[in-house]
Amino acid sequence: MNFWITQLFNGFSYGALIFLLAMGLSLIFGVMQVINVTHGTYFLVGTYVGLTILMTTGNFYLAMLGGALVIALVGILIERFFLRRLRGNDLGQVLITFGFVLLLQDAILLIWGPDPKLMAEPKSISFTANIGGFTFPSYRLFVIAVAAAVAAGLWLFENKTKFGSAVRAAVDDVEMASGMGVDVPRVFTVVFGLGAFLAGLGGVLSGPWLGLQYGLDLEILPYAFVVVIVGGMGSLKGAVLASLIVGLVDNFGKGFFPEFAYFTLFLPMAVILAVRPQGLFGRTL
Amino acid sequence: MIFDPLRGRWVTAAAAAALVFLAVYPWFASRFMVTVLVQCLIMAILAMSLDLMVGYTGLASLGHAAYFGTGAYAAAIMSVHYKMGFPEALAVGLLAAVAVTAVFALVALRATGVYFLMITFALAMLVWGLAYRWNSMTGGENGIAGVQRPAFIAGTTAFYYFVLAIAVCVFAFFAVLVRSSFGRTLMGIRESESRMRTLGYNVWLHKYIIFLLSGLFSGLSGVLWVYYDSLVAPPLVDLGTSFDALLMVSLGGGGTLVGAVLGALIFKMMENLVNLFTDRWLTVVALVYITVVLLAPQGIIGLLRDLAERREARVKAFGAAGRADAPARKEGSR
Repeated sequence: MNFWITQLFNGFSYGALIFLLAMGLSLIFGVMQVINVTHGTYFLVGTYVGLTILMTTGNFYLAMLGGALVIALVGILIERFFLRRLRGNDLGQVLITFGFVLLLQDAILLIWGPDPKLMAEPKSISFTANIGGFTFPSYRLFVIAVAAAVAAGLWLFENKTKFGSAVRAAVDDVEMASGMGVDVPRVFTVVFGLGAFLAGLGGVLSGPWLGLQYGLDLEILPYAFVVVIVGGMGSLKGAVLASLIVGLVDNFGKGFFPEFAYFTLFLPMAVILAVRPQGLFGRTL
Repeated sequence: MIFDPLRGRWVTAAAAAALVFLAVYPWFASRFMVTVLVQCLIMAILAMSLDLMVGYTGLASLGHAAYFGTGAYAAAIMSVHYKMGFPEALAVGLLAAVAVTAVFALVALRATGVYFLMITFALAMLVWGLAYRWNSMTGGENGIAGVQRPAFIAGTTAFYYFVLAIAVCVFAFFAVLVRSSFGRTLMGIRESESRMRTLGYNVWLHKYIIFLLSGLFSGLSGVLWVYYDSLVAPPLVDLGTSFDALLMVSLGGGGTLVGAVLGALIFKMMENLVNLFTDRWLTVVALVYITVVLLAPQGIIGLLRDLAERREARVKAFGAAGRADAPARKEGSR
């Protein structure tokens, strides 16, 4: 019993972390039709920036905010000066986002070096919580809380603000939204910045948990893609649900079929692609 | 008549010169440079296979590492685990690549445009995931080492000629293919799928067949690579390889086989030579990606075409202006 509770918790918390990465990717694809391969690298650069801020200020929460903001800025610059010029050129856009993967990876090597690094948990949440007789590492509870807060905030933003409804309109049909007076270029920039912000935030949060290592970006990126495909592009509900599924499937897959760990993750994705290409909650293609 | 860099008598001459150069290359090139050219030729086969889809049919596949990698891994497994000879391992490698393509294409061809990119990309992760984790079969992160070439192509020069012969045959076959009515139909699909469907062509079947052919020859390229390098590891199957293949096509110019070859040649040469001078190889490739996308979307062949067209236009404009200006100038000079 204890084993199951622990494993469920591990999968759940990993799903929460993946959600932060995947939500932005999903929004960017849903609104802009851009396959942003750089997203995993935003996540990893976010971790490194967070580490540097943590080392200089000693404040983890400041590192979270700073890492996310720096990555949001990087994302906005890339969108504004490169992706915008390539609108409608799907292949060109995806190729250039891979160019930025390589550029940022080299920046990591140049600034932080190729050796793996560790990041300390904030002291205030570095304990084990005892809930109903089971012990949970509280840092992971913290990650779950942040992800839940982000999901709730996004829901409020999308459903209760005027700009949020413009974003939802753009997910459904960009041309129609533009015709109805939505400032589409501004929506694009905001969505891209928001997606990058979430990736950076997730990156900093992953620091004390996954560590920092060159190459981690392309290892974690497939998880985000599985979430986007399974959940449906641009769908908040889909991203939440799919992230949890991915976290759990990955955790149990690694436990029960270590040799087919990625396969157990990617196979359901391939099946969904074949049967329901728009994902669980995506709009019809 | 606009000058086309891919037509005309001088092309025959250039092709003959290129063939002669490639044939005598090992006589004067160092062993290292021969090896580099072997890499270029193998990648040229991959790039041409991809170009059949991207450039000729308008199907941008972001997962060709999967077919390349399946060929490479299947051949390596047969050669090292089952002690098969080269012909048998080659056959299994090709069969495996076609089998994987046959299944993946069924799923991927349900989508078009950016969704096609996304789905081919996602499917390729399946192969990467297996290569990375299926330790008992693929060796996991370490991969499989110790693939040995048979005696007749064991030497670097012999293997070079072997790969050269295959690459030339593949090029010739593809060149005939794209000029056939089948190839014309593919280009029709690229220009307007709905129109071809209205005209009564089975669009899906054409796409499926070209996908299979592309997968088969990508697999061939993978098998050759594993016999060149003697080892195979997950990075060979990851998204970097898929992207690099697309970059080679874009760099040279999609929709022209020569462009794909040129792209592979330049990319692999650069990779080997830049590494000798700087550690910042990643930045160099990144800049190539960004530059090609922004400044040369039609690749080098496209740039040559633009240049030729502009010169043609200038000649015409000058001719017209010359006639109109001539009397005026005379008056002015007086």
